[in-house]
Amino acid sequence: MSDTEQHPAEHHKHRHRRSVRISAGAVIAILTAVLGFAIVTQVRANSRSDNLSNLREDDLIGILDNQDARADRLRQQIAELQTTLRRLQDSGDRNAAARQQAEQEAQALAVLLGTAPAVGPGVIVTITDPQLKLGAEDLLDVVEELRGAGAEAIQFGAVRVSTTTAFTQPSGAIAVDGAEQSAPYRVIAIGDPKTLDTALNIPGGVASVVRSDGGQLTVAERTTVTISATRTIPTPKYATPSSH
Amino acid sequence: MIAAFALIAGVVTGLIFRPTVPNWLEPYLPIAVVAALDAVFGGLRARLDGVFDAKVFVISFVSNVLVAALIVYLGDKLGVGSQLSTAVVVVLGIRIFGNAAAIRRHVFRA
Repeated sequence: MSDTEQHPAEHHKHRHRRSVRISAGAVIAILTAVLGFAIVTQVRANSRSDNLSNLREDDLIGILDNQDARADRLRQQIAELQTTLRRLQDSGDRNAAARQQAEQEAQALAVLLGTAPAVGPGVIVTITDPQLKLGAEDLLDVVEELRGAGAEAIQFGAVRVSTTTAFTQPSGAIAVDGAEQSAPYRVIAIGDPKTLDTALNIPGGVASVVRSDGGQLTVAERTTVTISATRTIPTPKYATPSSH
Repeated sequence: MIAAFALIAGVVTGLIFRPTVPNWLEPYLPIAVVAALDAVFGGLRARLDGVFDAKVFVISFVSNVLVAALIVYLGDKLGVGSQLSTAVVVVLGIRIFGNAAAIRRHVFRA
């Protein structure tokens, strides 16, 4: 039935129809206005809010599950990485400790080998030889006595004494490692001062030998003596380090 | 004509007041809008066909919206809300397309 249809009706009926038509138009207008309003509202809500607020419960639960699984995975990853970090730090610490120990060893060896200057408690020995009777072996005895008493570093005159030091007497004058020495001889040794002193002055020891040759051996105990003479590090020509 | 003015008036009102969608209405509003659009397109086609009836339009508009909302509500309760929403949108979309085609034939004679 069309609303454009015309009925040859009574006046009363015609007016009734018109009012119906007007009210119908009003209803249509209200409905379409509501539609426009709803469209704008929905478009705005859709574009403004993030996607989550439009999702259904099931989807949200799925997303939540995914996020939980992801968080679990990431937590696991964090734990693994922390373990790795700890392991690396441990090995780094061990490396540092090993290096420190090696450095200490190297320093100790440098002192013992005579490649580094040394300082510490010790004695200063002065040997006079007015009659020039002392031989190379007598002075070697002094050094041996000091070594035997635990001297860790010895300097004879201006020469650092080490394992390869040689006392020679090619022609009258005594030479230490080829450097000629003349009386009075001066020997500096680092070690326990008391022990060194006792070892040199032992009855029948080097002190008495020097005395019997007309010389004098005096020992001065010091809390700090400095040995500044150094040697170059010897490079072994034939021997190589062996693990056994 | 009055419907077009009312539509524009509604849009303008929405733009001015910037309403927020209440939570309980959120799942239904998009479906209701699509259903109402279907009714409007149907009414436009009927108008061009010369068979427009205000009563039919009003009833179809209201019932379309209510049925669409009811289907979505039922779907939510049954746990197939998203699927049913899609189904409703697809069906209404097909109808809108059909109506739009009829309107196009009327307007452009093609």
